[in-house]
Amino acid sequence: MLTSFQIQALLVAALWTAGLSLIAFSLGGAVGLLIAVMRVSANRVLRAISFTYIQIVQGTPLLVQMMLAFFGLSILGFSIEPFTAASAAMVIYSSAYFGEIWRGGILAVPKTQWEAAECLALHPFQRFWLIIVPQGLRISTPPTVGFMVQIVKNTSLASVIGVAELTYTSKLINNSTFQPFTVFSLVAVLYFCMCYPLAWWSRKLEDKLNVAHR
Amino acid sequence: MTYTFDFSFLAEYWPELLSGLMQTAQLSILSIIFGFLLGTVLAVGRTADSKAVRRICAIYVEAIRNTPLLVQMFMIYFGLASIGFKLSAEFCAVLAIVINVSSYTCEIMRAGIESIKKGQLEASDCLAMSWWQRLFLIVLPPATERVYPALVSQFILIMLATSLVSQISAEELTSTAVRIDSMTFRSFEIYTVIAVIYIALAFVFRIGFWALSQLVFPRLRRLGTPL
Amino acid sequence: MSPIVKLNKVSKSFGSLNVLQGVSFDVAQGSVVAIIGRSGSGKSTALRCMNGLEKINGGEITVCNHHLHQNVTKAQLRALHLDVGIVFQSYNLFPHLTVGQNIMLAPKWVRKQSKAEAKDLAAEVLGKVGLAEKFDAYPEQLSGGQQQRVAIARSLAMQPKLMLFDEVTSALDPELTGEVLKVMENLAKDGMTMVLVTHEMAFAKGVGDKVIFMHQGKVWEEGDGEILSAPQTPELRQFVGNGL
Repeated sequence: MLTSFQIQALLVAALWTAGLSLIAFSLGGAVGLLIAVMRVSANRVLRAISFTYIQIVQGTPLLVQMMLAFFGLSILGFSIEPFTAASAAMVIYSSAYFGEIWRGGILAVPKTQWEAAECLALHPFQRFWLIIVPQGLRISTPPTVGFMVQIVKNTSLASVIGVAELTYTSKLINNSTFQPFTVFSLVAVLYFCMCYPLAWWSRKLEDKLNVAHR
Repeated sequence: MTYTFDFSFLAEYWPELLSGLMQTAQLSILSIIFGFLLGTVLAVGRTADSKAVRRICAIYVEAIRNTPLLVQMFMIYFGLASIGFKLSAEFCAVLAIVINVSSYTCEIMRAGIESIKKGQLEASDCLAMSWWQRLFLIVLPPATERVYPALVSQFILIMLATSLVSQISAEELTSTAVRIDSMTFRSFEIYTVIAVIYIALAFVFRIGFWALSQLVFPRLRRLGTPL
Repeated sequence: MSPIVKLNKVSKSFGSLNVLQGVSFDVAQGSVVAIIGRSGSGKSTALRCMNGLEKINGGEITVCNHHLHQNVTKAQLRALHLDVGIVFQSYNLFPHLTVGQNIMLAPKWVRKQSKAEAKDLAAEVLGKVGLAEKFDAYPEQLSGGQQQRVAIARSLAMQPKLMLFDEVTSALDPELTGEVLKVMENLAKDGMTMVLVTHEMAFAKGVGDKVIFMHQGKVWEEGDGEILSAPQTPELRQFVGNGL
């Protein structure tokens, strides 16, 4: 079995996993909203830029993005701090997916809503931000929360550049104890405890939305 | 910025990258095929009449979907070895990815199966079809066609996720990059190169899946409209 | 000659709602029986019970020598479906298959016919409903009336001894209704035994050998088409009065 010191180390590591996830939710969400708005913009250049961004990020493995952030930051002259590099990679990664999810939500708002807003003499800018974006985000809450599960799980990849989060720590402990089933089961349970509530919440939101649309 | 980019290592190492690419493609296709088959079986289980079967499938799916692939991979690779099963890293990699992708395929296919209207089932019963005939002729083909785009997105994600097998020292594109990096120390350049290769591969996979859809969904080919 | 369909004191309830309360009637070989009645009178349920789509709670039904009761097995139902065709109000064509494939499906997989046989058969029944040229079209490319005729053809391809029609024209425009009724009339002329639930009074009267008026889950009045001209009960009188 594991010593109390090892279990304590895993719990601390879980905090790093949670912290990295929160950074990805918040900063990634902010960048993602910008990407979503660019994707539905009338400006062709903005659309092209955001489209390319999404294609590149969604076309490469997060593992490679971690490596690029890690080595790229050092080229730019920053000292190599694994947690910073991992945060950067997670923000870039999650922003592309958030952007695509929210674009779908914005486009799903019925045309009649635009027309109604127009008939109320709202300025195009107001129509978009007051009428369309709130509804679009609401429609896309279930997949947004669902994607948060992916974010929490994917912070495990920060282990490859040496961030001492859950997966990295579990590997270290496994190397000294040689009890892979015990160690990794425990870690899997810890991840499950963080992810399952989000997955459950996402499903509830979806059910609620389906009822509302019936 | 004083850094000078140097891609000259490519001249020497491109054959290795090429074989890494082929290994990634192979790993992905194997995982997708078996993951889809297992996931479809699970989806049928998730919609079965028996409550026990539904419950078991649900527990499996939730357990897999709420834990990281990397941890699943470690558990299979290090875990099986610790109890005496000496399996190759490549086999463990495919096993872990198949288990992972099956849980996602299950949920997608379940949505497809549940979208089949009751009238379709009644109509097939009234044509005296057996349970198997109904499943394979009436339920699964339109269910698959309807959720195909979601399946493709999931399969592309799985192709990208095969990069994780580098962490259990199985051979593919990313592990090739790690090796070249350790010999040349051109870290940023090599990872940029394989990022481009992955983008290209994702593109090829999309085209491949589109072509496949034209092949297996004649209705889609003729009409081009969603079902 | 013994009747091909015999309902004997059939009852059926959904929870506390008694939809059928001791329904009995016969259908003679080669005859056309029209079941009419208000919505909620149990007429569609009676039809669905005859094909085992709804399990009955009491009484018994004999259809083409198959006996339906409370504890009917799946194997018995399958055997029944080999002999009895049904056409639904909502067509229920398989959207991922062409018209031809929809029709050939059951002959090929259930009757184990060769592809060539099934194809000939499909062409033949499709010709009967006047849609030979639509063999390679998909359901969504057809009008409602055409889809319904394909559904009839799909049933015919199983060479049933009895055909059931469940309000098959209710979802159609008047002009499309006509083309479907025409097909059904031709079937009747060919000697097919048919039971139909319908709102088309003129059709019931003109083509039906027997008309059954259902009300509150019971057979209220029964006879040849003339009962529509001279109703015996106030309920049928009122129903006919509203209908004409």
